[in-house]
Amino acid sequence: MKMYLNSIFADPERTARLVDIAKTSLQPLLEGAVMNTIPLSIISFIIGLILAVLTAIARISQVKFFQIIARIYVSAIRGTPLLVQLFIIFYGLPNIGLTIDPFISAVIGFSLSVGAYASEIIRAAILSIPKGQWEAGYSIGMSYTQALKRIILPQAARVSLPPLSNSFISLVKDTSLASVVLVTEMFRRAQEITAANYEFLLVYSEAALIYWVICFFLSVIQGFLEKRLERYVS
Amino acid sequence: MISIKGLYKQFGQLEVLKGIDLQVEKGNVVVVIGPSGSGKTTMLRCLNVLETPTKGVILIEGQSLDFSKAVPKRSVASFRRLTGMVFQNYNLFPHKTAIENVMEGPVIVKGVDKEVARKRAKVLLEKVGLGDKVSYYPAQLSGGQQQRVGIARALAMEPEVMLFDEPTSALDPELVGEVLKVMKDLAQEGMTMIVVTHEMRFAREVADEVIFMDGGVIVERNKPEEIFTNPIEERTRKFLNMIQ
Repeated sequence: MKMYLNSIFADPERTARLVDIAKTSLQPLLEGAVMNTIPLSIISFIIGLILAVLTAIARISQVKFFQIIARIYVSAIRGTPLLVQLFIIFYGLPNIGLTIDPFISAVIGFSLSVGAYASEIIRAAILSIPKGQWEAGYSIGMSYTQALKRIILPQAARVSLPPLSNSFISLVKDTSLASVVLVTEMFRRAQEITAANYEFLLVYSEAALIYWVICFFLSVIQGFLEKRLERYVS
Repeated sequence: MISIKGLYKQFGQLEVLKGIDLQVEKGNVVVVIGPSGSGKTTMLRCLNVLETPTKGVILIEGQSLDFSKAVPKRSVASFRRLTGMVFQNYNLFPHKTAIENVMEGPVIVKGVDKEVARKRAKVLLEKVGLGDKVSYYPAQLSGGQQQRVGIARALAMEPEVMLFDEPTSALDPELVGEVLKVMKDLAQEGMTMIVVTHEMRFAREVADEVIFMDGGVIVERNKPEEIFTNPIEERTRKFLNMIQ
C-alpha cells in the first residue's frame, strides 16, 4: 500500500498517467453500466419476479404437481453456482444445437436465479398475512384468485420489499459474472481496459466505485418505496 | 328464511358440531350464547362456509348446500354472497381506506361501477356513523370504528343474513356501545341476524330468540325473557349463573 502510494506521489509523471487513465476509463465503464449492467439487472429482475410470484403461488397451492415442480426448480437453482448455470446456458447448450446470444443467456441465467431466491421471500410474505384476511375476502364472495390478487399480494408486497430490494442490489453486483459469457457489461469493460494498461488496482477500484454509487441510489429508492407502501400502517 | 338440518363438523378426531337443527325466520334476530368451545362460532362459520361442514344441509332463501356430497367451489362462492360476516377481529383490509374496504366487494365480486359503488359505500359509512372517516386507513381508526366499517363492508354485498361472530369481544368496554347501537338499528330495519355474543343486555333487548349451545348441540332455545328468567335446562341455568 505504502509502496504504491509512494510510487504515485513521488513521481509526478506517474500521477499524471493515472489521473489520465482514470478519466479515460470512466466513459467506457459508464457505457458498460448503462448499456448492459443496468438493463441486464432490470430485465432479469422483472422476469425473475414474475417467475418468483408464480413459483410462490405454486408452492402454496393445493395441487401436489405444482408444488413438486416449484420445489425442484428452487432446489436446483439454489443448489448450483450461478457461474456454473451461466456456463451451461452459454457454453453448454450449443452442444445440443442451442446457441444463445450472450446478453440473452445472461438474462435467462439471472432471471432463473432471481426467480428461485425471490420465490422464497414472496412465499414467506404471503404466509405472514393473517388467515383472517383470506377469510374476510372470501366472506364478501371473493374467489381464491381474487383474494390473492386484491387482498393478500398487495400486503405481501409491503412485507417483501426490504428483502426483495436486497435481492435486486445483489443482482446488480452479480451481473459482473456476465463478463464470463462475453456480455460487455461494466466489469468486462474494466478487464478490457486493464489488458491494455495493467493498472488493475485503479481501474477495478473505479468499477467498484461505480457499482457502489448505483447500489447507493437503489437503497435511496428502496427507502422511498418503503415509506410509500407503509403509509397505511401508522 | 334460514334452515340448518343435521349439521356436523369434525376437526380431525374432535367433533365440534354434533347435529345442529335450526330455523330462523326472515327479519328475526337470533342471539347464540354458550361457553367457549361449545361450537357457536363454528356453526356461524359453517353458515358462511368458512368451515366446510362434515355433513348437513344449509338452506338460505331458497338456495341450499348439501355437505353430504362434494360441493363445487362455484356454488360455495355464490352461497357466500347470501350472508355477510362480521368478525371478532374486524379483519379489515389494512391497505385500503374505510370506503375502499366497503367498495371492494361490490366492485370486484359483483362488478358494480366504481363510482356507483363509491356513492353507496358513502351512504353505508354514514349509516354506521363514519361519514367523516371515509378516507381513513383502518390503522387510523379505533376498534369500534373499525368494527363499524366491518359491518358496512358486509352490508355492501346486500346479504340476506348478517352473521356476527363476537363482534364486540375485542373492543375496549367504552367502544362496545357504538357497535351494538349500529347492530340494534340494523335489527330494527328488519335485517335477519345471527349474533354470537356475550352481551346479555343486547340479547335481552334485541333478540327475538336466544339459543344456548353447549358441547356442539343446541341445548335450549327460547324467547329472551324466558331463557334469562326461566331457563328450562340445568346446563343453561349454570351458564347464566356463571356470567351474571
